[in-house]
Amino acid sequence: MSSRDLILGRVRRALADVPRDGAPPAPERPGKDSPYEEAVARSYLREHGSRSVAETVDLLAENLADYRAIVHRSTEEELPYVIMRLLAERGAQYVLVPPRLPPEWMSAADPTQVHDRAVSTPHELDRVASVVTGCAVAVAETGTIVLDGSPDQGRRRITLIPDHHICVVRVPDQVVASVPQALERLDPARPLTWISGPSATSDIELDRVEGVHGPRTLEVVLVSGE
Amino acid sequence: MSGTFVGMPAFPKAAHEAVNNATLRGNLRHATHTIRTKRAKAVAELSDWAELREAGKRIKDHTLRHLDRYLTQLEESVTAAGGVVHWAADAEEANRIVTALVKMTGESEVVKVKSMATQEIGLNEALEAAGIHAYETDLAELIVQLGKDRPSHILVPAIHRNRGEIRDIFVREMGEWGRPAPEGLTDTPAELAEAARLHLREKFLRAKVGISGANFMVAETGTLVVVESEGNGRMCLTLPETLISVVGIEKIVPSWRDLEVFLQTLPRSSTAERMNPYTSMWTGTTDGDGPQTFHLVLLDNGRTDTLADEVGRQALRCIRCSACLNVCPVYERAGGHAYGSVYPGPIGAILSPQLRGTASEIDASLPYASSLCGACYEVCPVAIDIPEVLVHLRERIAEGGRVTKDGNTVVLKPAKGHAAERAAMRAARWAFSHPGAMGAGQRLASRTRRFHPRTLPGPGRAWSATRELPAVPAESFREWWQRTRGGKDTTK
Repeated sequence: MSSRDLILGRVRRALADVPRDGAPPAPERPGKDSPYEEAVARSYLREHGSRSVAETVDLLAENLADYRAIVHRSTEEELPYVIMRLLAERGAQYVLVPPRLPPEWMSAADPTQVHDRAVSTPHELDRVASVVTGCAVAVAETGTIVLDGSPDQGRRRITLIPDHHICVVRVPDQVVASVPQALERLDPARPLTWISGPSATSDIELDRVEGVHGPRTLEVVLVSGE
Repeated sequence: MSGTFVGMPAFPKAAHEAVNNATLRGNLRHATHTIRTKRAKAVAELSDWAELREAGKRIKDHTLRHLDRYLTQLEESVTAAGGVVHWAADAEEANRIVTALVKMTGESEVVKVKSMATQEIGLNEALEAAGIHAYETDLAELIVQLGKDRPSHILVPAIHRNRGEIRDIFVREMGEWGRPAPEGLTDTPAELAEAARLHLREKFLRAKVGISGANFMVAETGTLVVVESEGNGRMCLTLPETLISVVGIEKIVPSWRDLEVFLQTLPRSSTAERMNPYTSMWTGTTDGDGPQTFHLVLLDNGRTDTLADEVGRQALRCIRCSACLNVCPVYERAGGHAYGSVYPGPIGAILSPQLRGTASEIDASLPYASSLCGACYEVCPVAIDIPEVLVHLRERIAEGGRVTKDGNTVVLKPAKGHAAERAAMRAARWAFSHPGAMGAGQRLASRTRRFHPRTLPGPGRAWSATRELPAVPAESFREWWQRTRGGKDTTK
């Protein structure tokens, strides 16, 4: 007997005492209105508290900063100059950019732009100090930005190896209040990275230290449309 | 489970030694109290905590009830997304599968994300025996590995070490494994973390094979989820060409939407944060991004035996947050090593004897490693009634009975050490069913109460050394009732 059949057989025997409840399992394809969803009561909140759109963005900024991300605000016109300044402050000579970052974002920046090619080794990427990306969605209640590998965000490794990550969030369109609202917007088929502040550890006497393996500095630019 | 902790003494002996170690007790007290206070604050931010906890419990119970269906659904969706699914009935089979997969790549070293499942099966040792070096990359796991030590906490495996001890381990051992510790390394946490960064980065950048566990697996989409803080997880999950994930079969949730519950409850319960710094979610393989070969090893290793126990199966709801460890008065004093298992604390006391069976002395002692105060149940984000399972397992050990082991029903004999307890229980049963004899006994006890000893003689001495013997009252309740109410109903 294969181990698969062995394990499934053990599971079925183990559950012999249990009356199978009527709820069928989750649907073959992702969807919110499956009978399964009705089988589990979900009396918890879709978001915590009621806030205006502006207040939700403020909460995002506050929670990002609480976990030591550095938050900036800008208009679309100012954005290239903000990015230029942030890179200049770091003395960056090279900056990693995803394949389809809006070109105007980098129009004022001095550093040489490096593209992450499939043949680039992690060692090559390790020589670049900064990376600039967009994001898929940002979660106000937790101070989280989510990357989904879209062309303005690039492969997962580019936001991991450099020590400095600048992430641009379009407000308010890309901001949601809560984790449940974020999951609704995301496509599970994509590789997803949820980022809440810079890399951190609390493994030594539970003292929080920022920057272990991921970027030590996370700068988030909240860019508004008008 | 494998013999990672073979030869451990039973809990009472191990705990007795641990509580005499003042450094250990100090480190533990500081750590558990810090995180316990922080956790309470993080949980208080969510006004619907009780509802989230109930939903988490129900999702897990529903999943366990239909585990066969969800396992096959998960297999289909992972396969459709480009992954390869393997099934491992026990630790040995899982280790054999992983070793063969690594050998197929031609590599002789792997980088690892902290994973309880691979600890449980002793994967590192199995790989080492096959000539493959496994590098732990979580800072705490690195401290444990370099210190040739064992983990003592689910979330913070090196919780028993203070900064001075960690510095000494780094200075002494790092050079043996790769890049040595920097000259003049001090014991500040920032410098120690930096030393770990430099030491591990060379390993991340050249690694071709990564090994992980997973916090969740979504049946409908085939998505795996790993939550972490340092970025070492992201390194291992995205830089290598091949990724092998070893995951217990109980880690399934049915739907994508279910993650909304656990991504709220897990970080707040474990690290007391609104959200941990990094969460990675991947579904099979993605062209051009991350590992192009993905293997999922579904691990039983005692889980189906646990599922067969009507009371004990709730332990499989566990999402490994470790909140129960941090509130447990027994864990705080005895430390994680005393539990003799990769799962210490209250959850370990119910999970290990179910996964491994209670044949060994240490496993038979674990259900007694608790004061039954109930704090663990209060903080559990999936509402596992740990005290209920502890009492259930105690009964099984004392009385024996039918259990499932490796899928077969076996009848356990009553444990030897409990003969006196069983004799006492038999005597009590007889006395309660013979009211006349019981009344006579009570009267005799009352009249002789001034002559009763303060400590018990013979085998009872150990018991009464740490406890006050209850005083026998001057008259029994029945006698008092007869005397004051005359047995008449006074409510009318």
